[in-house]
Amino acid sequence: MLREGQIRIPSGCAISGIMNKKGRVFGGGDIINSIAVMHDRSNGLGGGFAAYGIYPEFKEEYAFHFFFDHTTIKNEIEALLKKNFIIASGEAIPIRKSKSIKDAPLIWRYFVRPKHRVLVKQEVDEEEFVVRFVMRVNSEIDGAYIFSSGKNMGAFKGVGYPEDIGEFYRLEEYSGYLWTAHGRFPTNTPGWWGGAHPFTLLDCSVVHNGEISSYDANRRQLEMYGYKCVLQTDTEVVAYIFDYLMRRQGLPLDVIVKAMASPFWHEIDRMNKKEKEILRAIRVVYGGFLVNGPFSILIGTNQGMIALNDRIKLRPSIAATKGDYLYVASEEAAIRQVCSKPEHMWMPRGGEPVIGLLEASQPTRVPVRTEQEKIAINS
Amino acid sequence: MSLKSYVTPSFLIERNKERCIKCKVCVQQCANEVHRYDEEDDEIISEEHQCVNCQRCVTLCPTGALTIRKNPNELRQNSNWTAEAVRAIYIQAETGGILLTGMGNDRPYPVYWDNILLNASQVTNPSIDPLREPMELKTHLGRKPDSLSIKEGKLQKKLPPQLELELPIMFSAMSFGSISLNAIKSLAEAAKQEGTYFNTGEGGLHRDLYQYGENTIVQVASGRFGVHADYLQAGAAIEIKIGQGAKPGIGGHLPGEKVEREVSETRMIPEGTDAISPAPHHDIYSIEDLRQLIYSLKEATNYEKPVSVKIAAVHNVAAIASGIARAGADIIAIDGYRGGTGAAPLRIRDNVGIPIEFALAAVDTRLRQEAIRNQVSLVVGGSIRNSADIVKAIALGADAVYIASSALLALGCHMCQKCYTGKCNWGIATQDPQLAKRLNPELGAQRARNLLRAWKHEIQEMLGGMGINAIESLRGNRLMLRGIGLTEKELQILGIKNAGE
Repeated sequence: MLREGQIRIPSGCAISGIMNKKGRVFGGGDIINSIAVMHDRSNGLGGGFAAYGIYPEFKEEYAFHFFFDHTTIKNEIEALLKKNFIIASGEAIPIRKSKSIKDAPLIWRYFVRPKHRVLVKQEVDEEEFVVRFVMRVNSEIDGAYIFSSGKNMGAFKGVGYPEDIGEFYRLEEYSGYLWTAHGRFPTNTPGWWGGAHPFTLLDCSVVHNGEISSYDANRRQLEMYGYKCVLQTDTEVVAYIFDYLMRRQGLPLDVIVKAMASPFWHEIDRMNKKEKEILRAIRVVYGGFLVNGPFSILIGTNQGMIALNDRIKLRPSIAATKGDYLYVASEEAAIRQVCSKPEHMWMPRGGEPVIGLLEASQPTRVPVRTEQEKIAINS
Repeated sequence: MSLKSYVTPSFLIERNKERCIKCKVCVQQCANEVHRYDEEDDEIISEEHQCVNCQRCVTLCPTGALTIRKNPNELRQNSNWTAEAVRAIYIQAETGGILLTGMGNDRPYPVYWDNILLNASQVTNPSIDPLREPMELKTHLGRKPDSLSIKEGKLQKKLPPQLELELPIMFSAMSFGSISLNAIKSLAEAAKQEGTYFNTGEGGLHRDLYQYGENTIVQVASGRFGVHADYLQAGAAIEIKIGQGAKPGIGGHLPGEKVEREVSETRMIPEGTDAISPAPHHDIYSIEDLRQLIYSLKEATNYEKPVSVKIAAVHNVAAIASGIARAGADIIAIDGYRGGTGAAPLRIRDNVGIPIEFALAAVDTRLRQEAIRNQVSLVVGGSIRNSADIVKAIALGADAVYIASSALLALGCHMCQKCYTGKCNWGIATQDPQLAKRLNPELGAQRARNLLRAWKHEIQEMLGGMGINAIESLRGNRLMLRGIGLTEKELQILGIKNAGE
């Protein structure tokens, strides 16, 4: 049977995210409890987590998390890493053997920085070099897969129910200020660890519930700009769109969400002249990045968390705040499980993002559908 | 030549004598003078040699007394020397001329649209009901920059000029001369009402049509007929015509008989003279020359209008399109080998060019490989027969489609392929005032509008079924397509999977 990457596999899911906007770290127990409540939204064929602020001792290094099929390929990769990077540390990621998690690959992490002379030779900046390295390994090298590559963050994922995956990776032993989680319900049985969520590139991680009907339009647009969609998953495409618009185009967050989940033309027609001009331009120029079909996504970065729904809200998501904490999940129960008395709780509308930035006084709720809408300045 | 022609009639006209009331409608309606009333015998006689099977008499006969059939008379069976092949030789032996024809290639080549199937959502992805949810077909044609710069809530640089279409369908180029003014008025009004565009072809813009300027694409072709400053300013976009699918590589010829006063004024040529469009533009012998013309037209119109370049789909179309994009065109229009025409040499029409499906797939793929797809919009034509063809074209990578044959069918064309005779009984491909007035432009506009609206609804239904609610999410979305009955190579060129994969 073809595995993920050789064939496109649609899936339904559960997602959850918790962040402390002051940047105070907390253990992985909460996020596991939260996602575990939504057990029935996944089917044991994929679960995963992204955690931010977990590697303060290596915060200047890129943390590469690898799946290796066997030791031979591990040795090859280590040689390749040594050639291109200064390796501050490398080790097997600590795991806890359990009955429910089977067939785990070799799982290693390396904290690395690109060698200066390699950057000079290739005439690219550090981030671009890392992106290209990740793309190359994942698309060209059989048996090795980089599933996390950001600074001071990490993804932990595999085949199994998310709560079992959390236990397997001993996540309660880590402390982070932002956690996202995913339980997967693929409509096929690939059983490949790389296919689980979150999908990451640099420090951008995506967990996603939905099936993107614009997939091939988005993919072909991205491939024009050098991205290789090796997994053929919606999540991968969302991560690359985000990376392209944010890192490479330098667009502000609210512009990015309007490209990915644009207001309708009949809404744009009702806006004032200035807004109309901008929204029209966004749709005309970034139409290939409009994400269509049902989705509810959580994007994590070193700056915070963004939740976004498709334009007509075909997948559930609910958000809540309490004190310095912001919660977003597929179901209310997943929030109440870890936050008994939220101060605010709301259902974001279709296309209405929930943006939680670190150090912001309040998580921003950007109302997308109102006349007073303002395009923020590099928010 | 005194000999009787060897060419036998193509059609048989059967008149049901019991039904015929001798009202002479058929006699009056047939510009080919097929039907004749014999007063002495009080009988209507039909001369089948002239019949082109345009169905005008059949449709208008009040008692349904007429039937036109293929002439059942057969030459001795021969799989090589078919009746058609033999007939062509007889005609050329009698005339010594090039065989002429009208409308698009009618040979039984494969129609690839019919070997492509569309996707729909089931369970994992909800379909969207266009009766309940917005379903957006708005399309913008023109150059798209690589990025936007938005600072302090303001767009730092204006977008290049864009054509805004309410649905991804435009009326393709048909000149005043090749079709009647009433036919053009019908399409212009329909384009205006439905928020799209019609194209002047190489016929200039008649003074009555300037009011439709906002919905007009003005064409500049090799004959430069009717091209002047006001003409360029009048349209919303300018199209440079290099070639057309029905006759790639050759020019055009409007016979002097069709150049009556209105045509002569609009084309700016003397009445009764032949209007000959040369095969190449006299000033375009290479891609850099094309660039100069593109920028001359942009200069002339203050960079306020997108410039389109129309080419026929030929073997090397992908590389040519890439060159055109780099030469500064904002829109590339590609016309497939089934594209219609008012007049073309039969052998050219039937043997030159390639299917639009392959041309489109190859061009879209090539422009993406070169990362310049966003610099141009792709418009394709060349026998778009229904809304499903349009959905497939957009999924293969087109931004919009051009329709002409379909539009004329909506106006009453019966596809008799005799446009070049000027005797169109339906008032479309003619300048004879008696014939042209048979097409009422108001009714014509209504029929053309109806067609656009019907297709719009169908496109919305198909999009909704795929779980898509904006046309841009279909564009180039080839995973929505599957091939059926295609070879590995055909699938590869189209960039689609086989059904079941």
